[in-house]
Amino acid sequence: MAKSLLFPEFKIERDAKRCIACQVCVRQCANAVHSYEEDDDTLWSEEERCVGCQRCVTLCPTGALEVRRREVGFRENANWEPAFLHRLYKQAETGGIVLASMGCDRPYTIYWDHLLLNASQVTNPSIDPLREPIEIRTFLGRKEASLDVDWENLSLKTKLAPQLELSLPVLFSAMSYGSISYNAFRSIVEAAQEIGTLCNSGEGGLHPDFYSFGEHIIVQVASGRFGVTPEYLGVAKAIEIKIGQGAKPGIGGHLPGEKVSPEISRTRRIPVGSDAISPAPHHDIYSIEDLERLVFAIKEATGYRKPVSVKIAAVHNVAAIASGCVRAGADIVAIDGIRGGTGAAPQVIRDNVGIPIELALAQVDERLRREGIRHRASIVVAGGIRSSSDVIKAIALGADAVYVGTAALLALGCHLCQKCYTGRCNWGIATQDPLLTKRLNPRIGKRRLVNLMRAWALEMKEILGGMGINAIESLRGNREQLRAVGLREEEARLLGVKMAGEGW
Amino acid sequence: MKKIRIHEEYCIGCHLCEITCVVKHSPSGKLIKTFRDTNRPAPRVRVEEEGYVSFALQCRHCDDAPCVENCLTGAMYRDEETGVVLCDEDRCVGCWMCIMSCPFGVAERNAEHTHIGSKCDGCVKKGEVPPCVENCPNEALTYE
Repeated sequence: MAKSLLFPEFKIERDAKRCIACQVCVRQCANAVHSYEEDDDTLWSEEERCVGCQRCVTLCPTGALEVRRREVGFRENANWEPAFLHRLYKQAETGGIVLASMGCDRPYTIYWDHLLLNASQVTNPSIDPLREPIEIRTFLGRKEASLDVDWENLSLKTKLAPQLELSLPVLFSAMSYGSISYNAFRSIVEAAQEIGTLCNSGEGGLHPDFYSFGEHIIVQVASGRFGVTPEYLGVAKAIEIKIGQGAKPGIGGHLPGEKVSPEISRTRRIPVGSDAISPAPHHDIYSIEDLERLVFAIKEATGYRKPVSVKIAAVHNVAAIASGCVRAGADIVAIDGIRGGTGAAPQVIRDNVGIPIELALAQVDERLRREGIRHRASIVVAGGIRSSSDVIKAIALGADAVYVGTAALLALGCHLCQKCYTGRCNWGIATQDPLLTKRLNPRIGKRRLVNLMRAWALEMKEILGGMGINAIESLRGNREQLRAVGLREEEARLLGVKMAGEGW
Repeated sequence: MKKIRIHEEYCIGCHLCEITCVVKHSPSGKLIKTFRDTNRPAPRVRVEEEGYVSFALQCRHCDDAPCVENCLTGAMYRDEETGVVLCDEDRCVGCWMCIMSCPFGVAERNAEHTHIGSKCDGCVKKGEVPPCVENCPNEALTYE
């Protein structure tokens, strides 16, 4: 066989003075990077298999290990970065599509980092969240343009559309049982229940163990229709039609047959060991009118008691598409930006297709307002929300709530090695291997997620208080609270924000 | 009395409990120094593994402890205050009846292979958490 030109991406340094040959690293590496030689009591590392997940570094009791990005000795070339060389060599050797996981990692502008928030000074008082209540509760769903009140009996004559009540404007993104492990799914579901928000089943169906958590689950109906049954629709709090995903707009999904274990087969309702292929389009949706038929088929099937969400990827014409979704009867429009994550996608798609969520959100909100239909659907944005300030900025740009996926996985222990597609996640998240899945104790996972959301909620209240705003409702679409810094005028115009330095 | 509970479904087989146990019972209490010493104590907790199953097992401090009952010299005794089963090494003659009678196989010869020493001694004071529990990265051992 010809010599492979692929070079190790990571360098493993073992401090011999600290290493006690306890072999924790050997036992913890699912990629068999570390090995122990009994005859001379030594440890060895084969760097070419290392994915840089930092599991061994984290668990090494003496801190003897360091895994670093390996400097390649190629002549420096701004055009040919090591990542491009690595991918090119891999393709030259295999002739295949290179897969990737998690969200786009290319350095496109992160607009959150170019938006600054406002605060109150002198002429309007700020609010101390420790002394006064600040409301961050959020309701998702269609709102009425006007309310008809029976003043004599003090009751509403208008029939309100079903709403989702969230204790904070953050939901957990769609991550299916299959793409993530049972324990990861359980951590998220239990955390959603404890926090008072919702998580999303993804398109993998819902394991019967989680039916009792239905009040906190949005279930997905995607192009593969996996696991879609009357009970599935019945137990959920809301239903989401997945049209696209930010990491791979226009691309379907593929869960390899070897991952379809008996439990997953039961959840997805497909035979054990068969590939679960989600087609790129829904084969019954080729127009907004077709989408409307599915939205109303679902509403009919669930007695108009559950909001229906439509999830689309942020693509060039996203504003018009979102408008179509609202007109098709969607109660919630979820938009997933280019930095949205995935369990597996062609790298070329992940890194090059779609637009940043900030621009998509600003344009969708603007368009729906201009058309006078903004109240008919809530907007939930996804793809690269990293902190409570990102959430606040998204809301000021016009979102009702955000989905967090990668942030939730990070709380569970993910180290962003981007190898989910291999199914060998050392952290027990993106794997179905029983040896690896038990590395994630859902008790710990749930606790960490609840802590994260509690911290974000406290920070959001601090930010709102500083602005002198006591309810998140008053921030929604309030772009005066945002100023652009380091952006071109055209970008600021698309975001609908003024440049930093400009007053009201 | 608090006991160490085993959650085998979350044991990741890293053996860090064994390592911290050795350190706890070493004279220096320092991790790297302890492991440089070839005469270091033996761990009093063992990770049992087969296939996908693994769990850390240590003395259960049974209510009807056969090791106490079968000990010829009365070296194995129960501390009345804490309820922990301990070995009085001065009285132990190394007959290994405790090893024979332990239903969990957690009594072992100590590192020097003379007396019985390698058995969980419930090493912490009231209010503290044993190091095997405290250092388990996945809470596969809990103290409750």
